[in-house]
Amino acid sequence: MNPRLTIATAGRVLQQIRADHRTVGLLIVVPVVLIGLLAWIFSGTRVFDNIGAPLLGVFPFVVMFLVTSVTTLRERSSGTLERLLSTPLGKGDFLAGYALAFGALAVVQALVATGFAVWVFGLDVAGPRWLLVVVAVVDAVLGTATGLFVSAFARTEFQAVQFMPAFVLPQFLLCGLLVPRDGLPRALELFSDVLPLSYAVDAMRTLTARVDAAGDVGRDVAIVAAFAVAAIALGSLTLRRRTA
Amino acid sequence: MTHSQAPAVVVEGLRVIRGSREVIPGISLTVPRGEVVGLLGPSGGGKTTLLRSIVGVQVVAGGTVTVLGEPAGSPGLRSRVGYVTQSPSVYGDLTVRANLTYFAALAGAPRGAVERTIEAVDLTTDADSPVDRLSGGQCSRVSLGAALVGSPELLILDEPTVGLDPVLRRDIWAMFHRLADDGTTLLVSSHVMDEATRCDRLLLLREGHLLADDTPDGLLARTGAPDAERAFLALIETEEAA
Repeated sequence: MNPRLTIATAGRVLQQIRADHRTVGLLIVVPVVLIGLLAWIFSGTRVFDNIGAPLLGVFPFVVMFLVTSVTTLRERSSGTLERLLSTPLGKGDFLAGYALAFGALAVVQALVATGFAVWVFGLDVAGPRWLLVVVAVVDAVLGTATGLFVSAFARTEFQAVQFMPAFVLPQFLLCGLLVPRDGLPRALELFSDVLPLSYAVDAMRTLTARVDAAGDVGRDVAIVAAFAVAAIALGSLTLRRRTA
Repeated sequence: MTHSQAPAVVVEGLRVIRGSREVIPGISLTVPRGEVVGLLGPSGGGKTTLLRSIVGVQVVAGGTVTVLGEPAGSPGLRSRVGYVTQSPSVYGDLTVRANLTYFAALAGAPRGAVERTIEAVDLTTDADSPVDRLSGGQCSRVSLGAALVGSPELLILDEPTVGLDPVLRRDIWAMFHRLADDGTTLLVSSHVMDEATRCDRLLLLREGHLLADDTPDGLLARTGAPDAERAFLALIETEEAA
């Protein structure tokens, strides 16, 4: 890997996103609107304080998964990926460049969404607030890493979009938001143990409930980050310089 | 010109199978350094597959391809070989300048390479337009520029003049010869036979077989045909009669 090429690639990806004002708007505004809607639905109850933080982790995961899988698929189908792999750019540089670019975007998204949740919609958490941003950013990077990996198995943009319900919704159902994970049937509980989103939501729940959250949250964040690294490593196996 | 050097490309017994079809059943050829070599023949004849094998992005079934003294696709070759695919492979949502700046960074090109390339492919007035807004011919010139910007020693160009008007085609071919005079080797595919006369040397490919490897004059003399197109037809007839 070559840091200069990684940064050049991240810069190029950010330039492309910047040229697309509507996507930037959607990326930043949609999570805020959803969080606001949630606060409004549950106004006058404690529900928003309980599920607000977990959803603050889920939204960036979903959004980044979608954006990344479609962008990289476009890169594969337009022939630019084949061209890039015939240049000195390494596969690791390519993937890390994408992760870096979308990670930077995730920082902005998480700061805006968390800021609105806490100061405008009155989200009250027991743990430190800055940890909300850290967890949200790691979740977004996980979404990017999974999107990079999954895009290898899609031939069209339609298929890539369909991977969202296929990969993301089962994780959402099992992550402990609908039914706490220890209350799930045993088989499903075990299955939820190997899904990354479960740990993302666990981290946010701990943060919601406990003042001394940092240790447990740190462990969950490390697990989510490990999933992200594994997804990027698997993704690099799907990039082939030589094709049939 | 530097004919004394080893050839830029040496292909020996190359076999390529795509799906269940043997696209190239076994081909051997050389491309001398510092020349513009045309790879001509009908579409579906294996031109793109041969070019991809030389770039090192094609899975091959057998034989060897040596490029600038190294096996095709070696990491050391990635900054020395430029490849322009048939359909423009650049970023449509970025400007011409942003595209070339990125590819220049990947190739480690010196400062000034971007502006020089923009001039060379005649896109100065459109340098700050997104590529999506340009015409087809302009897009292919951006794609060509993305390969030129790294000043590679060997340029592999797959049908670079498709969709270009005659004036631009003449200018692009003039640029190819300028690059060759500076020592670059160019392998240019085309299915337009009248481009044959613009090459220093010709490779005629049909159904994965090499029909001829000659200079344009040599080819005409050998077949007694008045132009490249009829020389090509004559070669096919001789082959079918044999």
